[in-house]
Amino acid sequence: MNYQVLLSQMLEATLMSLRIFFVTIIFSLPLALLVAKGRMSKIKIIKLPVSLYILLMRGTPLMLQLLFFFYALKPIFGIQLERVMAAEIAFILNYAAYFAEIFRGGIESIPSGQYEAAKVLGFTHRQTFFRIILPQVIKHIIPPMGNEFITLVKDTSLAQVIGIAELLKVTSNWVSSSVNMTPLVIAGVFYLIMNGVVTRCFTVAENKLSYYR
Amino acid sequence: MHIITAKNIYKSFDNTEVLKGISIEVNKGQVLAIIGPSGSGKSTFLRCINQLETIDSGEITVCGETLAKNNDEGKAVYADKNSCVKIGLHIGLVFQDYNLFPHFSVLQNITEAPIRVLKQSKAEAEKRARELLDKMGLSDKANAYPCQLSGGQQQRVSIARALAMNPEILFFDEPTSALDPELTGEILKVIRSLADEHWTMVVVTHEMKFARDVADHVVFMDNGTIIEQGNPQEIFENTQNERTKAFLARFNEE
Repeated sequence: MNYQVLLSQMLEATLMSLRIFFVTIIFSLPLALLVAKGRMSKIKIIKLPVSLYILLMRGTPLMLQLLFFFYALKPIFGIQLERVMAAEIAFILNYAAYFAEIFRGGIESIPSGQYEAAKVLGFTHRQTFFRIILPQVIKHIIPPMGNEFITLVKDTSLAQVIGIAELLKVTSNWVSSSVNMTPLVIAGVFYLIMNGVVTRCFTVAENKLSYYR
Repeated sequence: MHIITAKNIYKSFDNTEVLKGISIEVNKGQVLAIIGPSGSGKSTFLRCINQLETIDSGEITVCGETLAKNNDEGKAVYADKNSCVKIGLHIGLVFQDYNLFPHFSVLQNITEAPIRVLKQSKAEAEKRARELLDKMGLSDKANAYPCQLSGGQQQRVSIARALAMNPEILFFDEPTSALDPELTGEILKVIRSLADEHWTMVVVTHEMKFARDVADHVVFMDNGTIIEQGNPQEIFENTQNERTKAFLARFNEE
């Protein structure tokens, strides 16, 4: 086994995994905030579709959603997405649903007195949300968000079902062609390093926000 | 001059009527105490004037501007949104449980609204905030966070926060109910000093002695109505009303 080739291929595949990870985070977090707002809306025509969306995303396998966005859009809508694009859309929509529920829990845990104090002081709704509520929400949701981020790092491996050469796909190709288990161990170490960094970031964020209760 | 005029305020939650025709006037410089048993609608009334609750019918005027008045069907109609916000800024409110913003330092708790809402400069807002902290005896706490302060200190910060908006009138919603007797004294002293400076104030309170000593007008509420109102002497010493007598008797026993 040529370790130099193995490692360079695995690193390249890791970049693909990381790309899916970052694109998902960057787009699904803002989307999740909107979804959470919609889910908490008192207007039924907003709340019901949003609830249905969350149910679909959380109630069906992510792998099914990946297959859907790559294979099923063509016969239904006549749209063929490029592989990576299909994967990213599936991941963004799926993770936004989970993040939205975490945001909702965080937002609902803020006591009504905070809104009342903000209102009496004349803050607009926007100022109240972004200056008063959201910073407190972020502190509350760091632990569950950490879980989701870690899961996402590992979930990127699902993208192989639509033929994307991410880390685990490349690894298993090597394992089956060379009948050597070393690549699996290396892949495990790669995932551990990625999640070590994620964990570290969350610990730092948690400590940074520990100045208040 | 009337700072606040409330006429015939009615308010129900679901099917329970909590305010049954409350009328009150507050003059400039007056300290008005609202007393009465729990659940009598005192706090709800305060919250209605502050727009934290909406009234079903009646009329509210603040500093000569109409916040809400009845339409032909006898239902309260509010002024447009901008006017409501503007009217709200005439009134400062101090909550029972302070409601400070936990992620802001003491200084930022006080300066955030003057900077963002009143568009004061940061320097101007901080100067005023430090003056107010000084007055509250908290000059050394400007950089502390609310969780590092005692209840009494937090409540003094929240009074400073309300004062920083330069309101025409200050409302206190049971400002000492979450505090032990020692800290209660601390807060009452602050309110008393504000009264000496002729701030117009409405205080919902269970501190009868305080109401008697500091207020110049006392309103006794029970079950959503005003049973009796007058100067402290009339209410606390010469009341002829049986309900008021019964209520005060319990406090005098203590």
